[in-house]
Amino acid sequence: MPFEWMVALRYLREGRVQSLLILTGVAVGVGVIVFLSALIGGLQDSLIQRTLGTQAHIVLRRPDEMPRTLIDREGGAGITARVERPAQRLRSVLQWQQAMDAIGRVPGVTAVTPTVTGAAFARQGTANRAVLLRGVDPTSFQRIIDIKARIVAGRFDVTAADAVIGVELASALGLTVGDKLRLVAPDDRSDVVTVRGIFDIGNKDANERWVFVSLRSAQTLLDLAGGVSTIEVRVSDIFSAEPVAVQLTAATGLQADSWMRTNTQLLVGLRSQSQSSVMIQVFVIIAVALGIASVLVVSVVQKSREIGILKAIGTPTRRIIRVFLIEGALVGLSGSVLGIALGAALALFFASLATNPDGSSTFPVNLTVALFVRSACIATATGIVAAAAPAHRAARLDPVEVIRYG
Amino acid sequence: MDDGLLRVDQVTKQYGDRVITRVLHGVSFDLAPGEFAALVGPSGSGKSTLLHLLGLLDRPTSGRIVLRGCDTAGLGQRALGAFRGRTLGFVFQFHHLLPAFTALENVMMPALAARGRPDQDMRRRATALLERVGLSDRLNYRATDLSGGQQQRVAVARALSMSPALVLADEPTGNLDTESGDQVFALLREFNREQGTAFLLVTHDPRLAARCDRVIDLVDGRVRSDRRDPRAASGGDRPAGPA
Repeated sequence: MPFEWMVALRYLREGRVQSLLILTGVAVGVGVIVFLSALIGGLQDSLIQRTLGTQAHIVLRRPDEMPRTLIDREGGAGITARVERPAQRLRSVLQWQQAMDAIGRVPGVTAVTPTVTGAAFARQGTANRAVLLRGVDPTSFQRIIDIKARIVAGRFDVTAADAVIGVELASALGLTVGDKLRLVAPDDRSDVVTVRGIFDIGNKDANERWVFVSLRSAQTLLDLAGGVSTIEVRVSDIFSAEPVAVQLTAATGLQADSWMRTNTQLLVGLRSQSQSSVMIQVFVIIAVALGIASVLVVSVVQKSREIGILKAIGTPTRRIIRVFLIEGALVGLSGSVLGIALGAALALFFASLATNPDGSSTFPVNLTVALFVRSACIATATGIVAAAAPAHRAARLDPVEVIRYG
Repeated sequence: MDDGLLRVDQVTKQYGDRVITRVLHGVSFDLAPGEFAALVGPSGSGKSTLLHLLGLLDRPTSGRIVLRGCDTAGLGQRALGAFRGRTLGFVFQFHHLLPAFTALENVMMPALAARGRPDQDMRRRATALLERVGLSDRLNYRATDLSGGQQQRVAVARALSMSPALVLADEPTGNLDTESGDQVFALLREFNREQGTAFLLVTHDPRLAARCDRVIDLVDGRVRSDRRDPRAASGGDRPAGPA
């Protein structure tokens, strides 16, 4: 074992009470960091999961129709014209098959599905409900949103004249699997479909309004023969959705809205939550660093005689500095191992305290290897930085003073 | 020109900035390889200060200390430390062993500090030295678990572990009872005869000084007398130093 390690380890073992104190301090600090990160990370993940459980990562549609002005703006000096924005009709994406191919080739995209989405009414006897018709290709749509996992009755089957509706709509119209339902488009086209499945997506609005039908049914009802209104995309890294959306617009000329843009409020909330968590961690790290530094300073004072002897027998100053830096690093690292165990145990205990009706935890925690590694690295680096001042103090000790008066 | 081991030339040392305390007033003497000399003098005569200067633990205010032909004033702090480790051994009055380490580790420490990591050669040499000072059964005892005499013998073994040309000993027997003190002194003498290591012993004990080959008497920071013991002179193999 190298000299520095041998001396550092021996000194840590010698100063039992001090080492224990310092380890406890680091462990508590790292425990707080791990617990807090796991809790906040878990809550954020669950929020994002809930949000993305009902929407695609990126939705592409045809760009809005813009008015074509007949007046030459440059040359028409003195003419003021009120340009009215046209109402947006439901229009098909041009050459959507080619667009789908182009989208599939963009890196980061993992699934693509065409959909036809438009307003309609669901009629059952005298009851009449406004619904959102979603014509989907069941196989590829399943890869965008996991509907099958959220089916509570029947199955996710939307071939031919089938429909899958939400629990709220089913109860409002008194429908069960196998019942017939009339769907009426705004221009009075109508179709009768059979309810094949009922879903509960965890969102009251969606459960009340979404009606899944086959792509072809939706095309017919919404007068979009052969066309699709939107293309929905799933990406591998949810936080890269916005940059991927920009690329998709560039590749296809379509308007691409990522979930990040449609949920700006959520993201701002998550970000400020993360920032406050970082602030807390910074203060914890400072407290831990001060703790390590003060204990090591005391240890340098106590060991000044031995440091003087080491110098007198020819130990280079750099080795003495290294001894204390190693002590700091070791304390940081071993304290962080204890702290990670402590924080993880606390987080798991907390998660087990309260559960949702579906068995998942009310306080989901996110304990990842990355979090553990990051915490250990932070603690070790903190230990080394905190040891710098005591180490230099040791390096400056004058062996003569120590030998004469020690 | 400096074929001797040590040359001390008009060395002075003063402390303080405003109130100046002069401890050494131009001390000069030479030491030949293999000499066994005592540095005596009353308390406050500057013996320990001189020893620290010779040990390169401190720098003189003026004057030169030439060790093995090298003017130590020209060495930087780092080079000084390395030079000290290679050339000098120390035996302190209060043994100054490292309490957290075993006798064997203490003896290995100078080599370990210089080379960075232990090897078999280091261990063998330290073991042999400890056997030589009669502590072969105490190799793995903590320094704190040894008696005063044993601790000082470990310190002697440590001082010799790098085969230094000169060992500086500050009251090596000062804290020991007569019997342990005699044992330690006998050891120093044996190493001097067997390995040709030069020794400079600071001592208050006239009995010990009388058993050295040469006695340098320091009074008020000046060399008052520098006598060679007739026994050593009759030994004949010691080069004659200046008076």
